[in-house]
Amino acid sequence: MEARRQEARTDAHDSPPPAEPRDPPEPARPAGPVRTAEAAEAAEAGLVVRDLAAGYGPVTALRGVSLEVPRGSVVAVLGGNGAGKSTLLRAVSGTLRFHRGGIAAGEVSFGGRRLSGADPSAVVACGVVQVPEGRRIFARMTVAENLRAGALGARGARGRRAAAEARDRVLTLFPVLAERARQRAGLLSGGEQQMLAIGRALMARPVMLLLDEPTLGLAPMAAARIADTVREINAQGTTVLLVEQNAAMALSLARHAYVLEVGEVALSGPAAELAASDEVRRRYLGIGDDPAAPAGGAPATRPALARWPG
Amino acid sequence: MTTFLELLVNGVSIGAVYALIALGFVIIFRATEVVNFAHASLLLAGGYVVARLHPSIGFWAALAAGVAAAAAVGALVEFLIIRRANTASHGVLAIVTIGVDIVLTTELTRRIGTDVLALGDPWRDRVVRLGPVSVAETRLVALAVAAALIAAFLLAFRHTGWGVAMRATAEDAEAAALMGVRRGRVSMGAWAVAGALAAVAALFLCVFPTPGLDRGTAFAAMKAFPAAILGGLDSTTGALAGGLVIGVTETLVTGYQNDLAFLGRGAGDVAPFLVMVVVLLIRPAGLFGTKEPARV
Repeated sequence: MEARRQEARTDAHDSPPPAEPRDPPEPARPAGPVRTAEAAEAAEAGLVVRDLAAGYGPVTALRGVSLEVPRGSVVAVLGGNGAGKSTLLRAVSGTLRFHRGGIAAGEVSFGGRRLSGADPSAVVACGVVQVPEGRRIFARMTVAENLRAGALGARGARGRRAAAEARDRVLTLFPVLAERARQRAGLLSGGEQQMLAIGRALMARPVMLLLDEPTLGLAPMAAARIADTVREINAQGTTVLLVEQNAAMALSLARHAYVLEVGEVALSGPAAELAASDEVRRRYLGIGDDPAAPAGGAPATRPALARWPG
Repeated sequence: MTTFLELLVNGVSIGAVYALIALGFVIIFRATEVVNFAHASLLLAGGYVVARLHPSIGFWAALAAGVAAAAAVGALVEFLIIRRANTASHGVLAIVTIGVDIVLTTELTRRIGTDVLALGDPWRDRVVRLGPVSVAETRLVALAVAAALIAAFLLAFRHTGWGVAMRATAEDAEAAALMGVRRGRVSMGAWAVAGALAAVAALFLCVFPTPGLDRGTAFAAMKAFPAAILGGLDSTTGALAGGLVIGVTETLVTGYQNDLAFLGRGAGDVAPFLVMVVVLLIRPAGLFGTKEPARV
């Protein structure tokens, strides 16, 4: 099965090899013509996850996951429910223990600094800040207090000026938060709550933002608004790791993408190539499937079954 | 009428002291979701230090030492026990605090023995006359100090980074951790503050008209428990309201004991718990408590 997976992976992109099982921590990237700028950035490594295995007690949620998010880029992680997407972000942020889980093997590092095993506050201090799934805003606190809470673990000098600057940036990005500063956060609409969750994370002045399903449960308009915002945040220089089930949106934002399936990286490659690949189109973009078929599950499973025995 | 006013002032004063204790209770519950049954022993520890030190270093220094000692004991309990057992369920931790309470209280009562220790306060048994109403000076000081401390605490809770971190952790510990809030620090701070408030409360539970610190002081402290419960365990406002309700009820029932003879002697000690039961029957989450969160 593993071999098959590898095959599928090479099918997905032909031009630059996926550089997936990298051994050295600072991989000598194939500095193709397209990637020269990025190769320079790679000297200052972004997020590197190597051979990560994590789980909750007896349950293994991630196995041998390796991925890399170069500084300044947007990388997407796709996958269905239970694929291990949130576990991956928890492993990076150090919050697995809140779910009685832990890292079994492998390593996570950011800018050469080891994050695995660190306290969540240390991860935030490194500049890696997560916007958790389901927004998780502090509903009983006001919008302004939520933003203030976001600045609690900010790096470096916790000066008032730095916090005020971060707040100005957030309020420019999301003017609605300024209008509602005195309201309880629980009274915001879903889209506004997501903006607050992102704004709260930005208050920590992150170098890298981890977004866990930011468009989950939002109306298409609100989701599009969030996508624009992610693009803008990235344009301002923040690296983004975007975890999504909404593959179309994620692939339109990301430069590079990984597909997680049952806790393993099944596919990876440049986002444009993944978006064009048959497997991703069929499984995550809903193209080429016959959704109107009477036995709804059958068409989806057929291609997978065809690959297995062979 | 005069009697009633006197009782009311006394009741509000003792209620404010209960509110101090209940507030500590609520802070710990919000920061760590642990019901701290060891709270009375923190109080006893603070009072004991004041009682032992005041002859040698004077009252004010002894009070400072007592407050610091109770805060240190609280922080130590958090650091040595609560933090180590972080993965245990909150029910288990609550039972662990009962164990801590037994150990601390047993040791302190052994040291106190049958003595009644004076705390050496400067107010002694002076009485102030406000028109027809005469009130012990200690009661007025207790009211003023408790009110000031509670106001200071609530302001800090609302406006300082520490308060925001506390409230964020109380509402969603994981999300707060993702903001870089150090949970250990927040919970240790909560235990220390609760200990400090308890030590101040110890002082006012032991001054005139109470003879002094003895082995029964911990019992008096336990009356703050219904105060915290009936206010709603997770509400600071509830702690204040609960403290006042319990204080006034207790004082009035004790004061009118002769008219309430059918209830029997010592009804004042039972009344707080009775009020708690009645309130909980009507409002199971307490007066200001959050109802069990329901996801919508």
